[in-house]
Amino acid sequence: MSSSKKIRVLMAKPGLDGHDRGVKIVARALRDAGMEVIYTGLRQTPEMVVRAAIDEGVHCIGLSILSGAHNALFPKIMELLKAEGADDILVTGGGIIPEDDIPDLKKAGISEIFGPGTPLDDIVEYIKANVKL
Amino acid sequence: MSVAELIEGVLNQKRRYLARLISLIENEDIRALEALSQLYKHTGKGHIIGVTGPPGSGKSSLVTKLTAEFRKRSKTIGIVCVDPSSPFTGGALLGDRIRMQEHSLDDEVYVRSMGTRGHLGGLARATSDAVRAIDAFGKDIIFVETVGTGQSEVEVIDVAHTVIVTDVPGSGDDIQAIKAGIMEIADIFVVNKSDLAGADKKVTEINAMLDIDPRERAWRPPVVLTNARTGDGIPELVDNILAHLEHLKESGLLQKKGLQRSRDELHELMKYKLTKELSQKLQGKPEYEKAIKMIAKRKQDPYTVAEQLIAEFLFSETR
Repeated sequence: MSSSKKIRVLMAKPGLDGHDRGVKIVARALRDAGMEVIYTGLRQTPEMVVRAAIDEGVHCIGLSILSGAHNALFPKIMELLKAEGADDILVTGGGIIPEDDIPDLKKAGISEIFGPGTPLDDIVEYIKANVKL
Repeated sequence: MSVAELIEGVLNQKRRYLARLISLIENEDIRALEALSQLYKHTGKGHIIGVTGPPGSGKSSLVTKLTAEFRKRSKTIGIVCVDPSSPFTGGALLGDRIRMQEHSLDDEVYVRSMGTRGHLGGLARATSDAVRAIDAFGKDIIFVETVGTGQSEVEVIDVAHTVIVTDVPGSGDDIQAIKAGIMEIADIFVVNKSDLAGADKKVTEINAMLDIDPRERAWRPPVVLTNARTGDGIPELVDNILAHLEHLKESGLLQKKGLQRSRDELHELMKYKLTKELSQKLQGKPEYEKAIKMIAKRKQDPYTVAEQLIAEFLFSETR
């Protein structure tokens, strides 16, 4: 049997955001880059995000948040991933995240943060280069 | 993760191991075959329910509501939902989980999304083996949700014990209902979105089609009206699903289908293996390349050459 690995990505929206326009655009870009993108919709708890990531066997989680709750929710997700032994999954973040918050998020294990205006190709390339297949 | 660890993890109901095994199956990794061959004896217990129908007819919502009803009846659930992969990039957007949020933290529900990865027929190539892995894991009920189907994606009958075909009011006239293909494979028809105008008419049309079905079957597919948003009709649908399984058992059809399935699967696997072996043996052989050129130039015909090459490379003792 030949090996035909595909990058699987969970696009997740933790917290109480009201819309998901941005995450859909990124999901579409990753799809067009040949990845399998699982999207679970709005208003996810950290537990839901981690459960979906494990069940779906993803290599990467793209978190998107606009509400400002990233400092609480992102580290919580990292913690749960670790508890499940799934911290080999690449986790990136995006949305409205102030510059000042980024160092602490990275310390918590978020690999990279993509703010508004990031070229979609940058996200695709970053994931391709950093994901562990 | 070694094969032994994988097997132990799946049999001990660790979902991370199940997820990993399904990924290996999808990637056609050799370890998947090893694990599956050892897990085989633990399979054959789950009731596999196929759900198929046109895009937007409410398949995911229906599976979600059916899951809720089966959970009330203390059943554990596995779900495989298939969405199309792009024929151009190979990428896919797998969105069926969006409708399944209410079960997202239920330990007794496992959901897996799958891209078709170029496979036609409504399922992915890996679907039946993924279902088998979930079966070994020990789920009582396993739903297989196909891609949104047109008229002829009927592969789900090779995987499922019970096939539900969903339709919605206002989707074509009674001629659609007597066409061949997907309308012939239903064990149960569901007319979903029962609040829309024309729902009763749709039920009548399907029943009229069943009235003139010449196949003499002990099981006449019931037509169930549902509303997957409100849950109307869902308990009745579950009753019908269980009645169908009873029918399969009592009539001996379950055993008969099982035999046929094993026959088909064994044949498929041997065919796959033979094809692979033949390709390997022919790879880079000058006589093979030469024959191709001769055929293209019309100096030889492909029918004769095929016979010769198979006899020479596959069945000759000297090679």
